[in-house]
Amino acid sequence: MTDTASIANDRFGLGARPETRVPGDVRGWLAEQLRAFEPNPTDISDLASTADLITDLAESRGMMQAARRSGSSQSQDEVRQARLEVTRRDRRNAFAAGAARLRIAAQSETPLAERLVHFWSNHFAVSAERLPVRSLAADYEFRAIRGNLTGNFADMLRAAIGHPAMLTFLDQTRSAGPNSALISRINARRNNTQLGLNENLAREVLELHTLGVRSGYTQDDVEELARALTGWTVAGFARGGMRRFVDGEPGETVFIPELHEPGARTVLGKRYPEVGEAQALAILGDLALHPATARHLATKLARHFIADVPPQSAIVRLERAYLDSGGELGAVYDALIDAPEVWSAPRDKFRTPWDWIVATVRTLGPNAIPRNPQALHRLFEMLGQPVWQPGNPSGWGDVASDWASPGALLSRVEIANRLTMSAPRNARGHFDPRSLAQSVLGEALQPATAEAIARAEAPGMGVALLLSSPEFMRR
Amino acid sequence: MDVNLTRRQILLASAIAGAGISFPRVAFAAGQQKRFVFVLQRGAADGLSLVQPHGDPALRALRERLVDEDARPLDGFFALHPALEQTAAMFASGEARAWHAVATGYRARSHFDAQNVLESGHAEPYASDTGWLGRLLPLLPGTPGALALSAAVPLTLRGSLPVGTYAPSRLPDPSEDLLARVAMLYGEDAQLGPLWEEAMRTRMVASDIGENAGRNGQQVGELASSLMMADRGPRVMMVETGGWDTHQAQPARLATQLRGLDGLLGALRTGLGDAWRDTLVLVATEFGRTAAINGSLGTDHGTASAALLLGGGLPPGDKVIADWPGLGAAQLHQNRDLRPTGDLLALATGAVADHFGINRDRALAALRG
Repeated sequence: MTDTASIANDRFGLGARPETRVPGDVRGWLAEQLRAFEPNPTDISDLASTADLITDLAESRGMMQAARRSGSSQSQDEVRQARLEVTRRDRRNAFAAGAARLRIAAQSETPLAERLVHFWSNHFAVSAERLPVRSLAADYEFRAIRGNLTGNFADMLRAAIGHPAMLTFLDQTRSAGPNSALISRINARRNNTQLGLNENLAREVLELHTLGVRSGYTQDDVEELARALTGWTVAGFARGGMRRFVDGEPGETVFIPELHEPGARTVLGKRYPEVGEAQALAILGDLALHPATARHLATKLARHFIADVPPQSAIVRLERAYLDSGGELGAVYDALIDAPEVWSAPRDKFRTPWDWIVATVRTLGPNAIPRNPQALHRLFEMLGQPVWQPGNPSGWGDVASDWASPGALLSRVEIANRLTMSAPRNARGHFDPRSLAQSVLGEALQPATAEAIARAEAPGMGVALLLSSPEFMRR
Repeated sequence: MDVNLTRRQILLASAIAGAGISFPRVAFAAGQQKRFVFVLQRGAADGLSLVQPHGDPALRALRERLVDEDARPLDGFFALHPALEQTAAMFASGEARAWHAVATGYRARSHFDAQNVLESGHAEPYASDTGWLGRLLPLLPGTPGALALSAAVPLTLRGSLPVGTYAPSRLPDPSEDLLARVAMLYGEDAQLGPLWEEAMRTRMVASDIGENAGRNGQQVGELASSLMMADRGPRVMMVETGGWDTHQAQPARLATQLRGLDGLLGALRTGLGDAWRDTLVLVATEFGRTAAINGSLGTDHGTASAALLLGGGLPPGDKVIADWPGLGAAQLHQNRDLRPTGDLLALATGAVADHFGINRDRALAALRG
């Protein structure tokens, strides 16, 4: 392995597997991974259908409301039991989806593409602690992100923003045009609770997904985008008085013209005429191509792939590729693969808990980790990064200070210890920790670490030291 | 931290039984339902970030990048760190207040010596084998059981009465040998070396409240309140937290820590339910940090800091109590630290005495032991 092979494996990829052989044309190998990427591997298609889950969930909600209205305590109990069962099944499925995500990453032959899936999924973060987002989070990443990984950013943006997981997570299901046909009628009849605009999604689109914080947009822009977005909602999960006007399969994104705020909108100084659902799509398309968006995305990519404080030259390079291609992500990835900064920056990116576990499983093989998806979920919780639960729309942090802490290091060493307490083996027999370290770290392996591993009192401890080593903590 | 209730109860029962304490089931006299929780911040928490003196004209020149303009205003001069969301609500409802510019009598800058002074209550480090709270325990009405959320009884609680401990363990411990080898691996690593040393120092502490996006803090608070609310549970508790030694990257690290602390305090309040009215919580650290920012976006060991006092039955008073010394160059202690103008231990002892309805002079005599 050459030095560039370990960069390809660890910085671009998800860590080497012992059997990984990096060909001489390292950059060609990376580019080929993007072409060979499988958006819909069998691990995903084997999962329970999200549509079924959501239908059951929406039905149980409806039944609960009906039972409450009827006032019968017996039927309320029955419904509560049924609802509990739906919730339980949903939790099991969420754990199974998280385990599938890890399996895909751990076995992937296209690890660069998988890393990009994780990157974009975090860029467009939803947090799945609560229903119904918990039911939708896996489908969100599997469809909106994986399905648009190498296309145009505008398409990924529209798919992510329009996915029911995002619409429920950021309260779009509570938003409606105050002057829309339905809401003006409802509000005229009420005098206390007025239905209207919720700007949560619009604000995050500008602040997190496109332009970036403090990039010059104003509160007026937020409100105008929020008005343009009205009408978009999720069938089965619309809130309050709007519920009965929203038709469609439960869990499906729908546009309800009667909830849409009428009139032209002005965002960032440009006027968008009233064209119903196409109005928000037109704004999103322009936001995707805005120079501030290019700068924002280029900075985040450079931070992820190069350094916590990325070099300006690399940001400019990625930004230019983005703008020149009109937001084509494939062109940006090509620029990233060719950026000299990626190949020259020191190995200083501290692995996130997710990265560290994925690299660990790629090193030890799939049998080294808990088979039970719930136990696996607890493992990620212990490390501080449960899958699809960053807790906020800005996603997980991407710099060392977010993750490198005394407790985090100790947890990793404890887990490394546990996973290697019985010496791991591969199909051919015992692992020799010395050759294992050599094959997964390659040129990145430092003499002091190699020596510590060689001097371990047992093979299991040698592997624990490999997983705990400074080289393995970083990429 | 993942503890099931049964195991929790068994351990608690044995902790109490081991302590040889029995509790009357009913008929509490005045003061006998009062509770006290001491949250010790090991590692020197930055009081100037916790409760930020936005009104001090010298603040921004000293540490512009550490000032949170979105901090929550308390009284027109001080503002609470933005991560302290639930705590801010308690400030608003009169259930929390801060003491500022407070310190023990210790004036050097060693963590270990300063923690020893804060815990023992003595002016000199290593002058006593007992702690101020341990010496106060026999004076408290109804002999409240005491429990520390740690593997060993911290000095603070040591005295004539037995004290229970409870250390939630998550995983089989790695051997000391492996830990020592990892220490060697990290020895030359400028980033991992210091982190590992810190991890080894605080390994036995129920700390890491900032881990897991602050949720560990909440879990510690839930655990502490459930232990206290258990039948015949302890009414005095100590929780040790680590991770406050923010020499570098302070804004991100401290925000995480404070989110954890906020979760801990919020979970205590929620978990104690009606008993919150009878509960006093003290959050304090061994010393503060430098008034000025250092070269690595952090702060170094200082002198005075801030302490928090919380509870459902706090007597009315100002949100921040301070004889504010100012941050001007001439006002700083040794031209670098917030000057102490209040005696942390005397204030704490007085608050505990008032809370339990015991004579202040007797309590202060016990403090000086």
